[in-house]
Amino acid sequence: MTTTANTTTKTTMTTPAKWRTWLVYAGVALVVAYCLAPFYWMLVSSLRRTSDIFDTTLLPSPVSFDNYRAVFDPSQGFGRALLNSLIVSGITTVLALLLATFTAYAMARLEFRFKRLILTLIIATSMFPVVSIVVPLLKLFTDIGWINTYQAMIVPSMSFALPLAVWNLTTFFRQMPDELEQAAMIDGCTRGQAFRKIIVPLAAPGIFTTAIITFIAAWNEFLIALSMTNRPSIQTAPVAISKFAGATQFDVPFGSQMAAGVLVTIPLVIMVLLFQRRIVAGLTAGAAK
Amino acid sequence: MVDAKTPPDAAAVRPSGAAPRRAGRPAAPVRFRGGQKRATAGSGRMAALLVSPTLLVLTVVVLYPTIMALRESLYGAKGLDPETGFISDTEPFVGLQNYVDIFGEAGDRFWNAFWNTTFFTVVTVGLETVIGVAMALIMHKAFQGRALVRASILIPWAVPTAISGLLWRWIFNSDGIANALIGQQVLWTTEGFHAKIAVIIAEVWKTAPFIGLLVLAGLQVIGKEVYEAARMDGASPVRQFWHITLPLVKPALLVAVLFRCLDALRMFDLPYLLVGAQKNSVETLSMLAQNEASNVRFGPAAAYAVILFLYVFLIALGFVRLLGADVVGDGGTARKAKRKGRLRRAPAPGRAEVSA
Amino acid sequence: MNARTTRVLQCSAVLVAAGLVLTACGSSDDSSSSEKSPSFSGRGPITFAAAKDSSGVVQKVIDSWNEEHPKEKVTFIQLPADVNQQRQQMIQNAETKSDAYTVLWLDAVWTSEFAAHQWIDQLPAAQFPLDEMLKPVVETAKYRDNLYAVPHHSDGGVLYYRSDLLKKAGVSAAPTTWAQMQAACAKVAKLPEAEDMDCYAGQFQKYEGLTVNFSEAVNSAGGVITDANGKPNVDTPEAKKGLDFLVDSFKDGTIPKEAITYQEEEGRQAFQSGKLVFLRNWPYVYAQAEKSEVAGKFAVAPLPGLNGAGSSTLGGHNVALSSFAKNKATALDFMKFFTSQDSASTFLKDASMAPPYDSLYGDQAMVKQYPYLAALKESILNAVPRPQVVQYGDATSAIQQEAYAALNGDKSSAQALKDLQSELQKLATK
Repeated sequence: MTTTANTTTKTTMTTPAKWRTWLVYAGVALVVAYCLAPFYWMLVSSLRRTSDIFDTTLLPSPVSFDNYRAVFDPSQGFGRALLNSLIVSGITTVLALLLATFTAYAMARLEFRFKRLILTLIIATSMFPVVSIVVPLLKLFTDIGWINTYQAMIVPSMSFALPLAVWNLTTFFRQMPDELEQAAMIDGCTRGQAFRKIIVPLAAPGIFTTAIITFIAAWNEFLIALSMTNRPSIQTAPVAISKFAGATQFDVPFGSQMAAGVLVTIPLVIMVLLFQRRIVAGLTAGAAK
Repeated sequence: MVDAKTPPDAAAVRPSGAAPRRAGRPAAPVRFRGGQKRATAGSGRMAALLVSPTLLVLTVVVLYPTIMALRESLYGAKGLDPETGFISDTEPFVGLQNYVDIFGEAGDRFWNAFWNTTFFTVVTVGLETVIGVAMALIMHKAFQGRALVRASILIPWAVPTAISGLLWRWIFNSDGIANALIGQQVLWTTEGFHAKIAVIIAEVWKTAPFIGLLVLAGLQVIGKEVYEAARMDGASPVRQFWHITLPLVKPALLVAVLFRCLDALRMFDLPYLLVGAQKNSVETLSMLAQNEASNVRFGPAAAYAVILFLYVFLIALGFVRLLGADVVGDGGTARKAKRKGRLRRAPAPGRAEVSA
Repeated sequence: MNARTTRVLQCSAVLVAAGLVLTACGSSDDSSSSEKSPSFSGRGPITFAAAKDSSGVVQKVIDSWNEEHPKEKVTFIQLPADVNQQRQQMIQNAETKSDAYTVLWLDAVWTSEFAAHQWIDQLPAAQFPLDEMLKPVVETAKYRDNLYAVPHHSDGGVLYYRSDLLKKAGVSAAPTTWAQMQAACAKVAKLPEAEDMDCYAGQFQKYEGLTVNFSEAVNSAGGVITDANGKPNVDTPEAKKGLDFLVDSFKDGTIPKEAITYQEEEGRQAFQSGKLVFLRNWPYVYAQAEKSEVAGKFAVAPLPGLNGAGSSTLGGHNVALSSFAKNKATALDFMKFFTSQDSASTFLKDASMAPPYDSLYGDQAMVKQYPYLAALKESILNAVPRPQVVQYGDATSAIQQEAYAALNGDKSSAQALKDLQSELQKLATK
């Protein structure tokens, strides 16, 4: 049936289909251009010499790697900062996903009291402006000696990662057909096994998407990372970038800021390239069992 | 509205193979509840076990500071002793005076910021939704080099806000590339509607991929068979989009839009970095709170934060009520269960065939 | 309550001249301040919190201290480059009473606020060579005539001008009044190479730079923002003449309209690319412009005014001691070291930071390296501090709000000054 449908489509709709393909490509080009043009400007600016920084030519001339050299100057500690960012965002993502998966499963599959209240509470916690929780949090962490530790950045990062992860995963789990799970349980799987073997693979696109979003959000967190640390050895990349200084207090080191911006974006692009198959492969993988 | 239309349309395009299943379905919600009931003995405890770690983390990191902030909002700024020239150590308790001041003395500024915040949220989230869904549809398409396209679409979202604020300020400089491209000198960072436009362009650029990514994930759970059946029935692509794709990605889209709204309502960095502090055209509620805090008036700052919190909370609640309970989950009422049942049925035919 | 600084200039002048210990003055003021005056005890490792400097000279000076004091090492805690974030970090540190920061590098305008909140300790003035420093600079380190910080480096606005074009147009000397400046522009504009050039720019974006430029205009026309007793007095004919200079210059095109978006860097760029004849900016521009197209074609002069030399506002930084710090004896010694004439000479040589010390401006080697030093010294000596008020953040916001409205044409300059006066008065009585 499926095959017939396909052939019919192809034979009867050749010309409009071709036309439509072109339209799709044009759309793709437009969207990609929109996303990349400002980023291209960032890249171009990062490759200009400090003295040409105000140019508006589309290509840097001459191309200069001075800004990148400045970023990786040992005094900036940028390599270390990237590593710290990786540690903080990585652990945040794994922990948030783990906790959120449990919670979301309970929300999607279990009946219990106060469910709506709890979901509302969870989302409510993500609504308070960060600016207002920094000082109380700083007092708390100072008291328990968490200043200059990874957990002082990881735990607050969980606070904005968790609500989104819980909500997002709940929606995904709820869209999974419960018949499959029921069948597996009848076949002798425990609830946990049924969840792990049926639901998780099926919901993989949701899980990986959530992971990417959580990671990026944690990667870009600035205010808390700045407030909770004062040693260069523990600072994250956005904090390190904020400390880039020009020769005096007045000149803005725009070139090296842009170079650093390019550099912090690249690991995320690599991550997306690695995981993008997972974002779209979920259903087929799960259903083919 | 879309919700109400779903069942007949979905039924119209449903392949005949799914019909028996559907016919047997009226009992399904009941069976589903029954199935859950079987587990209910342990499910309360199990739910507690599964939910408590999340609640614990959130309590420590958010609830505690939030309650502190609530308390703080009842205290005024520390006073200056004209004799010694020193600011007193303690903040005076002023009750609700901070709130009264916000609506009274600072009323004009507050309402201006309130409308700016609302305007930015409505416009940016609206645009982001349209562009984000378009992005998702593109990323969903199978073509050569799509891995690169996916990665490049996500780049704006990956650039740290602080950096993108600087980047856009550079682009919108009086001698910047934006003016070079449009061929005239617009002073983007001065007061006026153009400053709003600059913020909107930068914000939409940065966050549309967020919606795109979440919708893309939502698209994955729609079986291909649903589309093929629809095509066989002669449904046009536009019709397919409105009547199949959109209803089916609705839960994912709603979560994405909801979280974008929550974020946009608290917008701070971008207008602050791009246009600057105290510009009436772009001043948001978060910027007011920040302004008070930076002048060491933590009480009034907390009061602004609480008002913003309440506003965001109301929007979130209204959102959930208005656009579908399926975001929140089981309300426990029969009506909602039924609605949920209807929605959930839609993807079922596709899967039924796959698993069969 | 009164938020103003009551300045009793005579008292401090006498005391500094006599070299008396300043706590004596403190006790006559009020007994509680002497109770709170710290004992500066404890030796051991400390920290220095400041923005990172790309020249590395701060670390260099700290290293040389650490070499001599292995048991009292100083760690450099680098703060963000953005001034608002620096201030926010320091305030957070104080609000949590943390001892993480020992010595703070404060923007000169923060002294009153930090002192009034008792985030920083009062310092023994007699232990610092204040009488060797330029007097206006020392004033920025005081709150209610007590010393709360020590000047580290200063800064003043100067006038950059295209000496090549002025010469060609037959203008022999740098202008000392606004009228002369406009006349010079009119002559330069007739030159073919100056066809597309604009006359003058400063910093007019709505940020701290606008406060600086507005204050300079008002002061250069003989007006004040706060009077000698710290009372706001900005609704005067003199102040109006100052503001009108800026407003009219925008109207008649003396200042290009895009200058309303200028911060320091945009103005520098416009000057360097040959778009401006005159530019008000800080000394840092000199070294950068020497590497640009206008190298060798410009010179530096003190700011012009309405009827003669104008007056600059003061920039610069002071160092202060956090009230919540440990090892204050070490900290005090380090502050003396860090603000010594030797250190100041290093900071000038390596990072072009204007020294607080009078004698360095006459140093031949320095003058050779920085030909603008004479103009800068004059600018600093004529300088008026920005309003020294505890709620500086609110005061500067009010100034920016009203000045910006006037420059934009949203308000007449008279109305803007009237509103500013009432805003500042409201602040003063808060």
